[in-house]
Amino acid sequence: MLQRLRYLPFLPVYVAVYFLFLYLPILLLPVFSFNDAATTTLPLAGFTTKWYASLWGNTVLLQAARNSLVVGVCVSLLSTILGICAARAITRYRFRGQKPATGLIMAPLFLPEIIVAVSLLMIVLQMGLELSLVTVILGQVVFCIPYAMSVLVSGFEGFDRSLEEASYDLGETALGTFRRVTLPVVAPAIVSSLLVTFTISLDEFILAFFLSGTEPTLPVYIWGQLRFAAKLPGVLALGSLMILASVVLLTVAEVLRRRAERRTRATLAP
Amino acid sequence: MSSAAITSAPDAPKPATGGRWRHSEEARGLAMISPTLLYALALLLVPVLLVVAYSFWTQNYLEIDRSFTLENYRQALTEPIYRDLFVRSLWISLLTSAITVGFSYPIAWFISFHGGAHRNLWLFLVTIPCWTSYLLRVMSWKVILGYGGVLNTGLMSVGLIDQPITSLLYNANAVVITLVHSWAAFAILPIYVSLQKIDRTLIEAARDLGDGPLRAFLRVTLPLSMPGVISAFLIVMIPTVGDYVTPKLVGGKDGVMIATAIQAQFGKGANWPLGAALSVTTMVLVSLVAAAVVLSLRVAVRRIR
Repeated sequence: MLQRLRYLPFLPVYVAVYFLFLYLPILLLPVFSFNDAATTTLPLAGFTTKWYASLWGNTVLLQAARNSLVVGVCVSLLSTILGICAARAITRYRFRGQKPATGLIMAPLFLPEIIVAVSLLMIVLQMGLELSLVTVILGQVVFCIPYAMSVLVSGFEGFDRSLEEASYDLGETALGTFRRVTLPVVAPAIVSSLLVTFTISLDEFILAFFLSGTEPTLPVYIWGQLRFAAKLPGVLALGSLMILASVVLLTVAEVLRRRAERRTRATLAP
Repeated sequence: MSSAAITSAPDAPKPATGGRWRHSEEARGLAMISPTLLYALALLLVPVLLVVAYSFWTQNYLEIDRSFTLENYRQALTEPIYRDLFVRSLWISLLTSAITVGFSYPIAWFISFHGGAHRNLWLFLVTIPCWTSYLLRVMSWKVILGYGGVLNTGLMSVGLIDQPITSLLYNANAVVITLVHSWAAFAILPIYVSLQKIDRTLIEAARDLGDGPLRAFLRVTLPLSMPGVISAFLIVMIPTVGDYVTPKLVGGKDGVMIATAIQAQFGKGANWPLGAALSVTTMVLVSLVAAAVVLSLRVAVRRIR
């Protein structure tokens, strides 16, 4: 590989610098969350875990964490179920209007998030609904479906439909076929979609900020704390925990997604 | 979920038996996609249409006057404060997308052509920082660039500077740096996908026919990867124009963008029609600029060839 790069001796250096730029911000938070000082200055002052300890007694924070958990679970379930319907429809069938329908479902990827948030806020208040965790869930599902779709479509794409046909021919019922043939092949993609959408929901701020009313999720809680310089170390500790959770969830999702890819490829092999 | 199996159960598809099969295939596809489609219609299309409708109405204290008017658009386009915000937002999003695409292209190229067996691992490493909390990453840049922040105190403690550099945070540059960081993976992925699709024998052919590595890149690889570059441009530019968090946290007074003005109309300002008109205008303007960029990129590539 290095030999082939002889024309471009600077490329490996560039890649290294680029990755440093990518990872610097998310590695700094954990570093300063263990720093024994209330400000984020270099050199570091010493090791402490007191900022983490201070998180435990904070009831407002724990309530926000509980809200985030409820929202995350509901959003990941709903957006994955809706994602499964759409992903299966576009990988398995051909129908008129497929392109515009897919375009509309994927549109949140290409829209400024504030416009999605503002339009949802208007429709919710227009219909006389109260802002609550339910409205956050409804909004985040719109935003998460495109991500669920992209994970699921790649999992469903290689699926060989003759496997299902064989199952019917051998006398299995529709439900039985789904449970015993379809599900085992696509299960890793589904779990991967659940994890990815949960992570997005956990970290999502704009929609939660506009739609949460008086029940903050974790990012909305953090936003409120950022005004107070003295609260920064606690926020850094909380942020580090959230980054850790995201990285773990995404790694598991990636491992599952790859397993799914390998499995569907195996069913395609002659 | 189980409805997936039920709707596809009764007769296994037998290709090429005419209109009836086409019909049922079509009906099943529509039935399958309809829950998701209805959800998107109800909570995306209808709300966006409501925003468009509101932009032609008027706020009279607590009442909404539903007679048609262009007054909100007149305000949005002529009042200096909004005009400045539009110009700055468009400029920042254009700059951000150009820098993001420019810096990400070599990485996508590296992964595609030299990633070897570990391509998926490289892609995963690229996406990880972009999936972790957006708010936290912006906050981290504030910690890095601040007056008493990591960069300043770090440079001071190694003796490179005596005084903190004040121009790092609270301006448009800080906004651009943070946004470039946030959207890196969104640019790398589409470019990578289009590079992967290139038939490598075409590049070899160019080399065999006497093109040097640079010429082969400019005449074969770059034009063929243009669809990826264009979608990277769009996927970065359109969402960043309406970014709220980054200008709020690191932009200061010189980095305010249009989202702050939109948010104000739905919060304290309580003028929904004006907020709606600002939203619609933002979308229209960014679409026009994006279209112009796409066209000029296409022309530029044709020139090189």
